Amino acid sequence: MIGLTHYLAVSAALFVMGVFGIFLNRRNIIIILMALELILLSVNINLVAFSAFLHQVHGQIFAMFVLTVAAGEAAIGLAILVIYFRNRGTVAVDQADLMKG
Amino acid sequence: MAAFAFYLFAGLLLTSGLMVITAKNPVHSVLWLILAFFNAAGLFILLGAEFLAMLLVIVYVGAVAVLFLFVVMMLDIDFRALQRGALQNLPLGLAVSGVILAEVLLVASGWTAGQGVIVHEALAGPPPGMSNTQWIGSQLYTRYFFVFSMSGLILLAAMVGAIVLTHRRRVGIKKQSIAAQNARTPAATLGVGKAGLGQGVEL
Repeated sequence: MIGLTHYLAVSAALFVMGVFGIFLNRRNIIIILMALELILLSVNINLVAFSAFLHQVHGQIFAMFVLTVAAGEAAIGLAILVIYFRNRGTVAVDQADLMKG
Repeated sequence: MAAFAFYLFAGLLLTSGLMVITAKNPVHSVLWLILAFFNAAGLFILLGAEFLAMLLVIVYVGAVAVLFLFVVMMLDIDFRALQRGALQNLPLGLAVSGVILAEVLLVASGWTAGQGVIVHEALAGPPPGMSNTQWIGSQLYTRYFFVFSMSGLILLAAMVGAIVLTHRRRVGIKKQSIAAQNARTPAATLGVGKAGLGQGVEL
């Protein structure tokens, strides 16, 4: 019998995979953005699983909002990536110290 | 049957998630990401959230993943140089993600529903006589209407931001300026001069 814990375990594993991906590809911002998408996907799985097992629709609605924010974040992130590449000729973000912040 | 489908989707989801972060070629990463989204949509269908599953396929695979593909293929990026020295981050990454995994598993295994919250055994569907989409819509357009409008505003802001960031005005090309044309008046451009006999005209 597949219970709530199974879905939570999958979601946790996917979340950790996304965090690990950010560390593993610290220079390549494209992979970092994809790892962020994985993290948000795991959050969505969490929300939908709770929504299904608690018989409430609110989890699914909030998963939709997370989806919205993820789409906006991907668009802005890729736009920043494009202008960064235009200025520097590379996407290695570990050297992104133009602003000396 | 449901258990088999769950393990199939979950296994493929985790495998493709691992391939996203370890693939050498970013184009392959995007393709693995698409597979991950499809399997997550399968999990959503198992949970009874058909509308969100379709939304995931349409929005993520149809828009976001294609956006990634466009950017990866449009920009001429030297990915070999980016991978140099990637393994020196491995111990730190393993440590941090191991700590997070341990914490999340600790919380998830010790979690119990609060007072008055019932965790059902069977997967829940919508109320009788309602489809999943109707169920979501009946809440989204009434109780969550303000939040729904705000999420539309977020998308608008993201669209305007992306256009403003990537739009560039090219220099050195001739272009029609309709505003400047319409603003021209005869008084500013026409003049009557007197040309003397045998002399040129001073402009």
